[in-house]
Amino acid sequence: MSDQNSSSIKNFLNDAGNRALIFQALLLAVVVFVGYYLFSNLQANLADQGISTGFEFLNQPAGFPVLIHLIEYTEANTYGRAFVVALINTVVISLLGIALATVIGVVMGLARLSNNWLVARLATVYVETLRNIPLLLQMFFWYFAVLATLPIPKNSIIFGDFFLNKRGIYSPNPITQDGFGIVIAGFILSIIASIALVVWAKKRQTRTGLWFPAYWASFGTIIVITFLALVVSGFPIEFDLPQKSRFNVTGGMVLPPEFVAVLVALSTYTGAFIAEIVRAGILSVNWGQTEAARSLGLKDSLTQRLIVLPQALRVIIPPLTSQFLNLAKNSSLGAAIAYPELVAVVMGTTLNQTGQAIENIGLCMLVYGTLSLSISMFMNWYNKKMSLIER
Amino acid sequence: MAIEFKPSPSLPPPVNSVGAVAWVRQNLLSSPLNVFLTLFSFYILYLLIPPIIEWGIVGATFTGASKADCTGDGACWAFIGVYFKQFMYGLYPSEETWRINLALILLVILLGTYAVKTVNKLYLSLVILVVYPVIAYFLFAGGVFGLEIVETSLWGGLFLTTLLGVVGIVASFPLGVLLALGRQSKMPIAKSVCIVFIETIRAVPLITILFMASVMIPLFLPEGMNFNKLLRVLIGITLFSAAYMAEVIRGGLQAIPKGQYEAADAMGLTYWQSMILVILPQALKLVIPGIVNTFIGLFKDTTLVYIVGMFDLLGRIQAATHDANWLGMTIEGYAFAGFIYWAACFGMSRYSMRIERKLETGHKRN
Repeated sequence: MSDQNSSSIKNFLNDAGNRALIFQALLLAVVVFVGYYLFSNLQANLADQGISTGFEFLNQPAGFPVLIHLIEYTEANTYGRAFVVALINTVVISLLGIALATVIGVVMGLARLSNNWLVARLATVYVETLRNIPLLLQMFFWYFAVLATLPIPKNSIIFGDFFLNKRGIYSPNPITQDGFGIVIAGFILSIIASIALVVWAKKRQTRTGLWFPAYWASFGTIIVITFLALVVSGFPIEFDLPQKSRFNVTGGMVLPPEFVAVLVALSTYTGAFIAEIVRAGILSVNWGQTEAARSLGLKDSLTQRLIVLPQALRVIIPPLTSQFLNLAKNSSLGAAIAYPELVAVVMGTTLNQTGQAIENIGLCMLVYGTLSLSISMFMNWYNKKMSLIER
Repeated sequence: MAIEFKPSPSLPPPVNSVGAVAWVRQNLLSSPLNVFLTLFSFYILYLLIPPIIEWGIVGATFTGASKADCTGDGACWAFIGVYFKQFMYGLYPSEETWRINLALILLVILLGTYAVKTVNKLYLSLVILVVYPVIAYFLFAGGVFGLEIVETSLWGGLFLTTLLGVVGIVASFPLGVLLALGRQSKMPIAKSVCIVFIETIRAVPLITILFMASVMIPLFLPEGMNFNKLLRVLIGITLFSAAYMAEVIRGGLQAIPKGQYEAADAMGLTYWQSMILVILPQALKLVIPGIVNTFIGLFKDTTLVYIVGMFDLLGRIQAATHDANWLGMTIEGYAFAGFIYWAACFGMSRYSMRIERKLETGHKRN
């Protein structure tokens, strides 16, 4: 009897499905138990140390300045507003960085493939140098070694209406006057017109085979209509020029050194990675494709645009997406040189003042998670649009 | 009378189609655009190279004990010399630094033993992965055999950077393999646990993980129980790179044809046998470049511990450049740190290319 019992247990355990079930039940139990254990510790610790919980603190006055703010912000504003300011700073630097890094990456990637030996070597040196040095070090370099050694405002370096000194880059600030609405309306109108033009040209080409330089034409349309709108409304833009007084530069638009350092470091560093991706993507397109295009009589620019690029993009987009994500996440390093982005404001100052570690770190992780998710969703959509339609 | 046919000797090829001249014509001056690009490149080189040589070598001061010794108008490398010990060992007591050197020499000897053919590689690996870390830990921390105790808060410089990098790399690798296998597994709960872990970690920057490690972990532990900041940061770094490692390894697992899995099953191998003997050796070989890239990324990311208040190589340099006696030495400091990081990362990437070629057994399609 007992023999039978033990063999039936053995049979039960020998069944892969049963074993999987037992293993997973154990795993789940461990996860739940560890989670519960940590949570109960947390509650006890929070109660002990008298740390309040919840997100009420977001409505309390923050009492600290945020140096770079694109929306109105003073020390009297709430933590919530400080959070929004920091969020905007993070998003702005990420988007600008992505745009710049893509440009740098494409230029450097193409330069590495150049048939000019010197250009290819220089691009290789650029890529291998920047890829292999930590981003934080590069940020420190730009901030402490380059921008901090610029002259004091009194001795600003001057290019026309641009001033360059320790406190940042000063440039003329365009201020819109009454009637600027007409210009905006004209601009939007011209964009709609040019989209219509492109659609029409494409339809006509499929119908009759006749080609129309739609992109150049729409580019022209946008410029002409916007310029006309400017003339009609009487140039409703004035420039607030930076003025140099005895010890300082006032007025104009200021790019603070923290912003410049983070942007330059992020875009040159990520640009080096993107260059490698672009190069690999273009190399992945079979040379036979180029030869086939040439034997069809396509000229070089059309070969690149219609044959090589669409196929290279399929290889380029997925790793490019992860570089964009990296850039957005790496913007958090700005905290180390006091660029007031999310980590600096929320996980730095706010956390120190309120002591609410869980809420603040959780908030940060949530924002980065959302940012990452939206970038990857956009890139997945683009990837789908570009991917091979197999029949 | 037969006329003998004597071909005249062939003429040498035109000067401009072989040799240096041809090379220059083809590679530098083949079109108007290329001529312009070449001139432009020379201009950039002219802007960069002479000032760097002038600053770094010609006008530089190499020896000295204080800033006053730096009389040249170029770099002051004496700064690096004065702070060299700190950059290497942090604030580790200087009469004890032999312990770090000894541990390093021991590691080099052990790794060198791999080249000896008669040594059992499995035992050697076990010694390196299990015995050596214990010895190294006691050497670093002290407290046994009359070795003086050295607090981890004194550990720093390149020593700390290397420690974080190596421990992170070694610890994250098995964890990454487990996570990758879990994500590929057919068990729904195991799979979702792995997916949630990997995707959460990958969605957030390393800084948030480090902040969590240094600020949040103490809140999650019972009263009185707390561990060292270095250990907390190490855990954070390991978990972070394990998630990335898992994704790289998953790529390799997916690239193995289904036939291999089925063949392993047909041989009657258990899950772990088929993974360890059949699938993983092939999958890991495929993703060596990716694994090394993750390692390089991890090594560079160790600089972030400076933000949570630990003084690795970059942190020590940052502290030294803020020394009131040595103000204005930022470029020298960053150049030195940059060179060390660059050499390490560049070396790793070249080494991975070599391994890749060595392990290439001809299965690659193309």
